[in-house]
Amino acid sequence: MTQIAEPGERAAPGFAGTAAEHKPRTRRKFNIQSVLGTTPMIVTAVGVFVICIIFSIIWSFTNSKLFPNFNFIGLAQYERLWANDRWNISVRNLAVFGVLSIGVSMVFGYLLAVFMDQRIKQEDLFRSIFLYPFAMSLVVTGLVWQWMFDPNLGIQSAVRQLGWTNFEFAPLVKQETALYGLVLGGLWNGVGVTMAILLAGLRGVDSEIWKAAKVDGIPTWKTYLFIVLPMMKGAVATAFILQMTGIVRVFDIVIAMTQGGPGVSTQMPAVYVIQHITDRVNVGQGMAAATMMLLPVMLLIAVQYLLRWNANRKAGRA
Amino acid sequence: MKSVVSVVALVAAALLGSTSVRAADVEVIHWWTSGGEQAAVSVFAREFDALGGDKWVDTAIAGGENARSATLQRILGGDPPGAAQFNPGRQYEELIAGNMLLDLTDLATKENWAGFIRPASISEACLVDGHWWCVPVNIHSWNWAWASVPAFEKAGVPLPTSFDDFLAEAPKLQEAGIIPFAIGGESWQINGAFGVIQTSLLGLEKREKILKDKDLELAKAEMPAVFEKFRQFKQFSDAGSANRNWNDTTNLVVTDQAALQIMGDWARGEFGVAGEKAGVDYACLALPIDHPTVSTGGDIFLFPKQSDPAVEAAQLKMASMMVNPQVQALFNNAKGSMPIRDDVDMSLADDCMKRGLEIIKDPANIAVDAGRWQSNDTTGQMNDLVAQFWADDTMTAAAAAEQYVTILQNAD
Repeated sequence: MTQIAEPGERAAPGFAGTAAEHKPRTRRKFNIQSVLGTTPMIVTAVGVFVICIIFSIIWSFTNSKLFPNFNFIGLAQYERLWANDRWNISVRNLAVFGVLSIGVSMVFGYLLAVFMDQRIKQEDLFRSIFLYPFAMSLVVTGLVWQWMFDPNLGIQSAVRQLGWTNFEFAPLVKQETALYGLVLGGLWNGVGVTMAILLAGLRGVDSEIWKAAKVDGIPTWKTYLFIVLPMMKGAVATAFILQMTGIVRVFDIVIAMTQGGPGVSTQMPAVYVIQHITDRVNVGQGMAAATMMLLPVMLLIAVQYLLRWNANRKAGRA
Repeated sequence: MKSVVSVVALVAAALLGSTSVRAADVEVIHWWTSGGEQAAVSVFAREFDALGGDKWVDTAIAGGENARSATLQRILGGDPPGAAQFNPGRQYEELIAGNMLLDLTDLATKENWAGFIRPASISEACLVDGHWWCVPVNIHSWNWAWASVPAFEKAGVPLPTSFDDFLAEAPKLQEAGIIPFAIGGESWQINGAFGVIQTSLLGLEKREKILKDKDLELAKAEMPAVFEKFRQFKQFSDAGSANRNWNDTTNLVVTDQAALQIMGDWARGEFGVAGEKAGVDYACLALPIDHPTVSTGGDIFLFPKQSDPAVEAAQLKMASMMVNPQVQALFNNAKGSMPIRDDVDMSLADDCMKRGLEIIKDPANIAVDAGRWQSNDTTGQMNDLVAQFWADDTMTAAAAAEQYVTILQNAD
């Protein structure tokens, strides 16, 4: 906040930054009503998120079964967790699933957005079609994909009936390919939203930029890739974060499509957590897994916070 | 003024009076959703409603794990169902310890449950420290194989007399376009079949030493061979087995597309619904074939504590109805399971059930269900391991056996 007191900056009344930063300062002082109004929300947020997370972490060090207790057993739950094949496979699956899902969905989402940006007829109709899968529950989506991938009912048998009797396409039945089947099912669901967000970003780019690029004779594809895309960082970040949150807690599509199988080849961390705190009545183990899931999220937030703090400090010095 | 008071008193009395005789709805959570299972559970619902007044409210949740999770979460959340299905064993031990279940001891003493429920290992699941906490409703045995007689005839292969015999003849079945070994890819199905093969190879005594007494040395010595044998079955299963439900798998045998399925006797209900006849359309092989046994799995109902006395009265009525000999006969005939008492009229029973009833008479033939000794946590880990071994051909039998021993060692 030191920069506000800087006389040099104050001398420039037209500087948008100072004007904007003056307002919240005065507002913060007087608006008790808004503080009162948000108190219930603050209490809920602290109660539900912070306290629950703290309890999750505490119970991960206990031998809680059905009823949470406070018999501390040190790191035993974590030792068991990381010695467990299924958990290690789950973590690896999550990484593969995440990288593939986010990568492909960003690329295809952007391509679709560019396609929609070509002033095509019936744009509304297409946008609805692409966005529709997102409105559907992943359980429904997952079941439909499971049937399509079923060798006896789905795509494979349909193509075979057309005459190609050696056609093979049943990714879910082999443990080497089942995860990619999941990625496919998830993509169908998620690409539309990425497209919608990126399209909004595209439309937010000033048309003057396009005119300038035209005048300079830059090909359209280059403009999209090297000029427009970097200008819509906000939209890209939003799409990315939305995808991330969905992926860390991926659960329903796994249950609907593979139930973690064949074997344990498509297990995911969230499935492990839920199964341990419910049917397997081992709350301690479930909480240890949940805490491990929280860790990367915390790390991301910490890194982001550090970066911002660093940027602020530099800005303050300048 | 006086009249107003008396009217109020009258209304109050009427309200109070009505609570003691008011009919109650009892919500029952269970996981009986296949054709044969539904036929069975509707026997309970019909008989309970016929007692008059109270109503059976059906909450069927597909999948045992899901149904049990829902029940546990609802009890913890303070909204317990009126009755809930579990498997006998350690699945509900903490509910008993936490005093969250209705004590059925008075009813059980009055009706002398201990006198007629057999074998003893069935009542032990509910009778803990002299108190009855649940009602066993049937005995299910895992130790069966279901064979399609037309499928074996088509391939010109006689019905198997041992697992080795079956494995030797299976290629002929395959040549005839039949799936020799039908299995669904869910982990409990795979582990169930594994357990039966384990019992067959080791015999009851060694099995009990490993699973109950957790004899690690014996497990280290014996389990690699069991895993090895189990793997031999895989080449004879079909590609569509991933994710397949048990009843869809049984249906392959019913429709003669597959030759053999290792599955508990609940599969019999599916043959019944399809109108198949034991001995003609299908054969039931009690396992191991040379020394048939019956495992004492099954289902129990427990009754979570309620605040409403009307519901509690209805719960007791339901518990009593479930062990009634007439209801036991109707229910178990539809379900394919064995009744929990000897004195029921089983004239409707088919050959397979009669065979089971014969085997169970001798206590030496009883394989205590592994769920009695293992917590859900341990069973779950074994499910994971066996399913992983089944799916992953790169995992050696020795490595799997090693993990099996570790799970046993850490079992609570």
